[in-house]
Amino acid sequence: MKTESYVRTEMLGEKSPPATTVGLIGWVRENLFNGWFNSILSVLSALALFFVLEDILPWIWRGTWTGTSLQNCREVIQATYGEGVTAACWSVIGDRYHQLLFGFYPSELYWRPILAFVGLLVALSPVLFTSMPRKFLWFSAVYPFLCFWLLWGGSVWLPLSALAGFVLGYLAFGSVGKAAGNLAAVIAAILVPVLWWLFLAGNVASGLESFIPLELQHVESAKFGGFMLSVTIGVTGIALSLPIGILLALGRQSDLLILKSMCVGFIEFIRGVPLITLLFVASTLLNIFLPPGTQFDIILRVIIMVTLFASAYMAEVIRGGLAALPKGQYEAADSLGLDYWQAQRLIIMPQALKISIPSIVSTFIGLFKDTTLVSIIALLDPIGMSNTIRSDTDWNGIVWELYGFTAMIFFIFCFSMSRYSMYLERKLQTGHR
Amino acid sequence: MTALSDPPKEGFRLGMLIYDSRYRSMTIQVAALVGFIALAIWLVSNTAANLAALDKSLGFGFLMEPAGYDINQTLLEYSSRDTHLRASLLGLLNTLLVAAMGCITATIVGVIIGVLRLSHNWLVARLMTVYVELFRNVPVLLWIVLIMAVSIETLPQPRDFRGDNPAATMKVFDSVAVTNRGLYVPEPLFSRSLGNTHLLGESSLRFDVSNDLIVILIALFGGIYAAHRVRVRADRIQAQTGLRPTTWWQRLGLITGPTIVVLIALGFHLGYPALKGFNFSGGTYMRNSLLALWLALSLYTAAFIAEIVRSGINAISKGQSEAAAALGLRQRRIMSLVILPQAMRVIIPPLISQYLNLTKNSSLAIAVGYMDITGTLGGITLNQTGRELETIMMLMLVYLGISLSISFVMNWYNDRVKLKER
Repeated sequence: MKTESYVRTEMLGEKSPPATTVGLIGWVRENLFNGWFNSILSVLSALALFFVLEDILPWIWRGTWTGTSLQNCREVIQATYGEGVTAACWSVIGDRYHQLLFGFYPSELYWRPILAFVGLLVALSPVLFTSMPRKFLWFSAVYPFLCFWLLWGGSVWLPLSALAGFVLGYLAFGSVGKAAGNLAAVIAAILVPVLWWLFLAGNVASGLESFIPLELQHVESAKFGGFMLSVTIGVTGIALSLPIGILLALGRQSDLLILKSMCVGFIEFIRGVPLITLLFVASTLLNIFLPPGTQFDIILRVIIMVTLFASAYMAEVIRGGLAALPKGQYEAADSLGLDYWQAQRLIIMPQALKISIPSIVSTFIGLFKDTTLVSIIALLDPIGMSNTIRSDTDWNGIVWELYGFTAMIFFIFCFSMSRYSMYLERKLQTGHR
Repeated sequence: MTALSDPPKEGFRLGMLIYDSRYRSMTIQVAALVGFIALAIWLVSNTAANLAALDKSLGFGFLMEPAGYDINQTLLEYSSRDTHLRASLLGLLNTLLVAAMGCITATIVGVIIGVLRLSHNWLVARLMTVYVELFRNVPVLLWIVLIMAVSIETLPQPRDFRGDNPAATMKVFDSVAVTNRGLYVPEPLFSRSLGNTHLLGESSLRFDVSNDLIVILIALFGGIYAAHRVRVRADRIQAQTGLRPTTWWQRLGLITGPTIVVLIALGFHLGYPALKGFNFSGGTYMRNSLLALWLALSLYTAAFIAEIVRSGINAISKGQSEAAAALGLRQRRIMSLVILPQAMRVIIPPLISQYLNLTKNSSLAIAVGYMDITGTLGGITLNQTGRELETIMMLMLVYLGISLSISFVMNWYNDRVKLKER
């Protein structure tokens, strides 16, 4: 037998793939020039990107931070870069950033909104990230009252007595619950604080104030403005619209006909009209609906209307989550012998809310963006403030710098909210797909 | 605690209203109803007391009084001697105009961007992501005022077009003037016009209908219908013989032919805007407030529609396109016959709510001075007559009506395309 000499006995080493399919060249071929249509698209978008950036980047980069007015600032630019060069006048931001952030809030008191904002971050952290110490939740519970006191000032006893109402309600719930059962406890937990707020809280607060005066300088709502106003309205609206939205969604899903039709009517009405009409109601009509002589704060009125508006949308979003839940979950909860609220709290809501996280967060983002509409009823939010700055003779004619700055801050807020929702979705993902 | 096996006691006790689940739901509902009625009565009585204190009475007579203000962009003829009702009507038409224009452009831009965002082309997909995030995360009001401010500050004034060596020139073969007051585009004119039909006499709702337009529309829709018949016939022939006759040129001719004949018969030509004195005359004038609103609403809503389209296409499982490919369909037909019809079912419901949002957002017109219904009825009419309650109620009802009709039409369409389940 003869050995077959043409059979190779040793293996050849692996060859590297062709240079055009790996590395940078391969990636570019695969992702940018894959076929004639893609190539054209790539070239066109690269050109567009180039022309846009060619215009914008030098404009931003050459921008000046000196100058006291638009005129002055343009002269500085012309002097530096020669005739005909346009560049940003960032000096408007340097000149007016405090108005864009705080409105006409007294400048010696800026530490208060700043402290309130830092407090907001601390109060939010345990709510947003479960890895934070749970004890912080106590701070989150107290924070709304603290924030109110810091922003508006006045006597510390007013927010404290309001807070006392909730504590009283909680105590009443506990004590009556032991003595007379659940339902009575719920009634007591509602009645006691309401009575306290209506009849006692004011007197107690003023009494304590005369006893131990402890107050910050009062700042009226008309001084609020800029992002401080947006964040105040937005955060309050967000915090309140979620629970109201949940209740409305449950009402809409319930078998109780009258309750259901009231919820449906409310939701559909609110969703059918633009927010601006509700803000008109806040600014002109709300006082007509209330007992004669009632005058209350415009920011509070706006917050009420924005909250109602957002909660109708929230209700629909949560209803979507409820509808997406398999019926077996409801039946399983029933078969465990849980009553309605237990089932909602332990079985239904955690899943329904998890399903609707993306939509809930986009409703939040929408609400935060919609706070800009208050500029139409003459509140000085960042857009209202920009209009004020632009009507000033110094800065008459400035556009991109001012709106660009405002847009950037809104972008940071909203984009981080949407990123957070993606993080939360990933974290709560328990299914296997 | 009593044992569960106890037979239910006969007779009705008051406690059962709360503790017996048969009656409890009724109790809760009655309580809710009573609370609701009490709230309503409280609100109404407060309102009555407040109105009495202000010496006002509820009534809609003010609608028939002369408005006394001008509307700067109108679809029908209007003068300041007309009534508040007519001013509101014109505002409503302006709202509908910007909403319709916005919905159309937002859909086109949104679909293109949504599809491009799914592109395998890395650069294009990234650019579209940037677009979507940029527009979604910045308030629409900011876009509106920004575009308005940019158009006022950077576009040439009409007087820049004057002189032998003007600072600005008209675009697109000297037919379009882009100025900081707005856009002047050519208008269609008819040298052998059939005139207008005047409807509803002298009432506040009067309007003119152009006879030319009616004739053109009849010709166009007649052509479309004939082309449809041709296609149906081609389908039938294909079903019978397996061969499809070539019909595209017949259909093209049927759609365009009659319209072109009618246009020639009416003596159709374009009227170009021309500079007269300090401003342009002739042509159709679109104020920059309308343009800013339209552009901002379209671009903003397009970002949302892009996301809807993207998720709709993503929602179709890969198996569908693979199955279609296995059947031997070509890429384009896979898209049009398999993917899109299924994706439409996912896309349409959120698309409806985007249209509704756009329509409601068009009320932000008031920020740039475009006279939509919020600007007329809820703005100047309110301020002039001092009737907040009536005007705002009417304003809300109008928007409610628009929203309900849009969702009614779109839901009807949705019912037609949705999955038919047994």
